[in-house]
Amino acid sequence: MNRNLFALGALATAALLAPATLQAQTKIGFVYVSPVGDAGWTFQHDTGRKEMEAALKGQVTTKFVENVPEGADAERVIRGMATDGCKLIFTTSFGYMNPTLKVAPSFPNVSFFHATGYKQAANVGTYNARFYEGRYLNGVLAGRMSKTHKVGYVAAFPIPEVMMGINAFTRGMRSVDPKAEVHVIWVNSWFDPGKEREAALTLISQGADIITHHTDSTAVVQAAEENHASKGVWAFSYHSDMSKYGPTAQLSGTTHVWGEWYTKIVKEVLAGKVTDTNVWGGFKEGMIRLAPINKAVPKKDVEEIAKLEKEIKTGKLHPFTGPVVDQAGKIRVPAGTTISDSDLGAMNYYVQGVASTLPKS
Amino acid sequence: MGLGFLSSILFATVVAGTPLIIVALGELVTEKAGVLNLGAEGIMSVGAVAAFATAHHTGSPFLAILAGLGAGMFMSLLFGISALTLMANQVASGLALSIFGVGLAAFIGKPYESVALASVAVIKVPVLNRLPLLGPALFEQHGLVYFSWFMTAGVAWFLYRSRLGLVLRAVGESPVSAHSIGFNVVRIRYLAVLFGGAMAGIGGAFLSVFYTPMWVEGMVAGRGWIALALVVFATWRPHRVMVGAYLFGGCMISQMFVQGSGVRLDIPAQFLSSLPYAATVLVLVLISRNRTTIRLHSPASLGQTFLPDA
Repeated sequence: MNRNLFALGALATAALLAPATLQAQTKIGFVYVSPVGDAGWTFQHDTGRKEMEAALKGQVTTKFVENVPEGADAERVIRGMATDGCKLIFTTSFGYMNPTLKVAPSFPNVSFFHATGYKQAANVGTYNARFYEGRYLNGVLAGRMSKTHKVGYVAAFPIPEVMMGINAFTRGMRSVDPKAEVHVIWVNSWFDPGKEREAALTLISQGADIITHHTDSTAVVQAAEENHASKGVWAFSYHSDMSKYGPTAQLSGTTHVWGEWYTKIVKEVLAGKVTDTNVWGGFKEGMIRLAPINKAVPKKDVEEIAKLEKEIKTGKLHPFTGPVVDQAGKIRVPAGTTISDSDLGAMNYYVQGVASTLPKS
Repeated sequence: MGLGFLSSILFATVVAGTPLIIVALGELVTEKAGVLNLGAEGIMSVGAVAAFATAHHTGSPFLAILAGLGAGMFMSLLFGISALTLMANQVASGLALSIFGVGLAAFIGKPYESVALASVAVIKVPVLNRLPLLGPALFEQHGLVYFSWFMTAGVAWFLYRSRLGLVLRAVGESPVSAHSIGFNVVRIRYLAVLFGGAMAGIGGAFLSVFYTPMWVEGMVAGRGWIALALVVFATWRPHRVMVGAYLFGGCMISQMFVQGSGVRLDIPAQFLSSLPYAATVLVLVLISRNRTTIRLHSPASLGQTFLPDA
């Protein structure tokens, strides 16, 4: 009987302790706008989530919901995660701004972080990356490798983030090749492999030998790969490293890196000391990285890119240092000054070197 | 350069219009029998993933097309059981199938998302491909493009010049009358539904194996719905389906060419992107203005469940 009592006591203690040990792990939620897939915006966020979970093994458990439409569904999912006990929630799309701000006041002990947004609150921070820094370096490499001086750019929607990318790429290319021209096709969809491919093939048939994209599938890189041997077309990937889809055609690209920052911010929230609630980091903060440079690129160009990357990291080089002149000839950033973050966030013009006209909105 | 330009546009238009034609023709036959199958998007997705997986494992585009066809028939069989045997509401069954199909395809396709498929070579028609403008544009295409032309003529012939087509149309006009004469309405409708599913599966296979040789969740991107709308706006006439599909594809491709060429255009981006849809609807509505002709071609019992004892 004593043995049975002892066993019962041990079982009861274990049962009481078990939820306590489980509770020591912080729950972190991620809301994704599209499927994780194998490359693209959400894939990079998910890679960051996994890296953070591995770095903080045992301290956190993460969960994610993918394919959440922006709007009422997003609000439901975010609220569900907060009610479920998540201490941190990352909402990874611009369109989640209002749902996040709507849910946040009801959960003052939960920290919300909204990607690419611009509104903060008591427990809502924003985070973004300076993708344009990577685009600038891609443009420089394009200027060195292009033979036709023509670039094809397949873009989704004319929002400031996309405009920054186009303009930075153009400025980078023009800094080494004054004859460079960037032609943009708007496909009006973040993800439509068929349309993206059509746009890429159209640009290639119009003489572009460098193509890149600001869309979410690998279609553009694949189109370049198919035309690399016959027409010498190169590609720059975006969001993810797509060299798997363009082993010979991909020159480089701009890759989003979220893992390091996710780890950093989770540690800060757990310690109760968040330093920056409006994060906009670039190469320096490790939030973007260049995709590996193609082996066909001459050594001196690789070294040039590495040197310029270092200059961006130290602040010596900024892709939008004046003079920045738009297509109509108006000076947007005077010589000697650097563009402000707020002007970057409101960018709605093409710089000189972009050969397409901006569709009126 | 001028001729090459037009040729490129024509080539891309034909490629863009082909999946729409194939799926719409299948749906046309289904609707002519009086069955409204809204599941095209889901069937296309499952057909696409089945074809992609087959192409990856066997390396044969032909087997991939057959796999797409089979998968499409299977999905539409589910619809048939629901709408024809169990006599559930056709609209609800079709919608459920489209949602289910897209999700099922995403689930099946997970292991294939990072697979790159080698692109399939086009089939060049010997003498015709040397015609000045039309040659390279029309006669150096994939096999399924020629298949879509053959099927347009074939479906038109079947519906309007064959006895079986007449029976099918009769079933679509008045299933009660057809039943009273002695035709097995449910069996004829089943065959029509299976044909529609097979075509939708082939359309999906074209997308994932020939058009953009890849598989990603959501790659059908609404083309099933466009094909459904095309059938209605073409007033259930096969040749008009072809006109509508090429018009749609042509607008889409042309506006890309215009954008890429750098021509100055003070037109909002959203307008340009809505142009294919608006233009297709407008043209098709204008050429089918005659009310009597519309009534002549639209199947009177579309969407209505057939109850033999009623």
